[in-house]
Amino acid sequence: MAHEETFETVAGCKIRIMRGGKGEPLLFLHGASGASRWLPFMDMLAERYDVIVPEHPGFGASDTPEWLDTVGDLAYFYLDVIDHLGLDKVHLVGTSIGGWIAAELATRSCEKIRSLTLVAPAGITVHGVRKGDMFMWSPEELAQNLFHNQEIARAMPQPANEEELLVVLKNRLMTAKLGWSPRFHNPHLKKWLHRIAVPTLIIWGDDDKLIPTAYGPAYRDLIPASSLEIIPECGHLPHVEKAQEFTSKVVDFLQGAA
Amino acid sequence: MKFYMMHLMPYADLDLDYDKTHNSAWITLPNSYYDPKKGAKLYNRYLDELEYADQLGFDGVCVNEHHQNAYGLMPQPGVMAGALARRTKKVKIAILGRALPLLNNPVTVAEEFAMVDNITEGRFIAGFVRGIGAEYHAWSSNPADSHERFHEAHDLIIRAWTETGPFAFEGKHYQFEYVNLWPRPYQTPRPPIWIPSQGSSETIEWASHPDRRYTYLQTFTPVAMLAKYMQMYKDMAAEHGYEATEDQLGWSVPLYVAETDEIARREAKPHIENFLNKFLRMPKEMLLPPGYLSLKSMLGVMKAKSSIGGQQTIDDVIDKGMFICGSPETVRQKLEQYQSEIGFGHLLTLLQFGTLPAELTRKNMELYATAVMPWLRDRQSVAKTQVAAE
Repeated sequence: MAHEETFETVAGCKIRIMRGGKGEPLLFLHGASGASRWLPFMDMLAERYDVIVPEHPGFGASDTPEWLDTVGDLAYFYLDVIDHLGLDKVHLVGTSIGGWIAAELATRSCEKIRSLTLVAPAGITVHGVRKGDMFMWSPEELAQNLFHNQEIARAMPQPANEEELLVVLKNRLMTAKLGWSPRFHNPHLKKWLHRIAVPTLIIWGDDDKLIPTAYGPAYRDLIPASSLEIIPECGHLPHVEKAQEFTSKVVDFLQGAA
Repeated sequence: MKFYMMHLMPYADLDLDYDKTHNSAWITLPNSYYDPKKGAKLYNRYLDELEYADQLGFDGVCVNEHHQNAYGLMPQPGVMAGALARRTKKVKIAILGRALPLLNNPVTVAEEFAMVDNITEGRFIAGFVRGIGAEYHAWSSNPADSHERFHEAHDLIIRAWTETGPFAFEGKHYQFEYVNLWPRPYQTPRPPIWIPSQGSSETIEWASHPDRRYTYLQTFTPVAMLAKYMQMYKDMAAEHGYEATEDQLGWSVPLYVAETDEIARREAKPHIENFLNKFLRMPKEMLLPPGYLSLKSMLGVMKAKSSIGGQQTIDDVIDKGMFICGSPETVRQKLEQYQSEIGFGHLLTLLQFGTLPAELTRKNMELYATAVMPWLRDRQSVAKTQVAAE
């Protein structure tokens, strides 16, 4: 399905946005590896929704603003983005760091949000359950550890040129800036997740080596109207590794929530 | 030229087969590999060596900071400086350095350094670094904030040393209602500041600025790189309208001198190779966390993949001038040549490295102090007299 790419300036920061499909707006917030490409699951969702995929400030082709220090900054930024694009009744979907941003955003305001989908979100810590240390992993280990199915891991495209390698390094830098310490969480977020006032779906792979599946129930217990779906034989990126199953779970949920 | 003995205080009793099961002697190597009974003996041996350097006529002794590793057992180098402060009489004591971005409270370093400066009545040299990348894993300090925190901590420490307190400090990373250092440093306006680095144009630009004129210390790099970076410092100083002195340039290098070239090479070989291949061993992700280098520098490192890792031999490092090894004559000739070509005023020699045992370390120190140092001092004073006479 065709999608378009534009640049928008919000809060003094120019960001790249991919957008495709028709229907209710669905804002997708990407994880640590960015959103430089329009992926198959986006196509599938675009059959029913107006899918909007920004690259976060500090990632990919978007600018790195002076003001960006924390995931909380990005939560406020995306509230601004929703206003800037004139969106209402938004289905907010975030994965990993993007899930963390989405959760922070929803604790601040659900006024323009219709539903929330968190896919293996960072943002909290479960005492005694250690996350994987992606900053110690080599590129090969990272690919292996992100997926359950090692054939898919091996097939993931590597940076083809210097420009793509620079994007990988830029994304990694901002990932560290946002998540190095405390490691991929905000110690205060747990206190306010009860404020999320929209139907929430939490999706986790059953073989997530970065943020263990045990984080799923913890998130579910902290967000009032939430349910948890575990996808079997799946790693940290269900939207990539199990795109079909992921999409149908999201669509079922969104139709129920609507 | 001034002569210093640098020490890393490695855990020389390390089980060298650790690398069959672990990929680094840093951060993730379990500390069950450390035996406190052996460690205690090593600490005292190493401190004895630095005290001996005082008796042998060195101008200074140098310690530094590394965390959670077998390569260097000085996570808190101020403890070493404190121990040396009372037992040495003449040498300067340099802490090279504290890794400022790791600090949650930089005033602790301003205080600690000022105390050593007072106890030694001004025999203290302060070193500031960002630390190697592994420290950011060890201390959970965010490498993406490394540059910002370095500069802010530096500014705070300098103000604490040179401004009358109390004053308030309002930074992004550090905030204080009262900064009012007791004790003030002994030296006026403050201790000398050295900036150790493995080579960075940004660091040289900053250190050479007329507001600072800090001594730039090139550590463990090929001699060709040493020459390049020293020249860069001089050029940057010239651009600022002043001439850099030898006092602003230093070199830190492992060195082994013995009766003949052959004996030196034979005695040093296993220990320098352990230093290179066992103690320094770490994967790139540990050495270079994101943000530690600029994106441009990091891109360069990624493209030159082969330059990190791989076994190094004594010949590799001798050929590159990263290790000075040989008879007194060989060592004298090399050092004189490098010094006259490159023009550094501080020479820091690592006379114990890797697994080099106590007796060879002492022999190395003695031969260096009796057959190399005096000769170079004489040559320098002759050269100075000639210049003065012309």
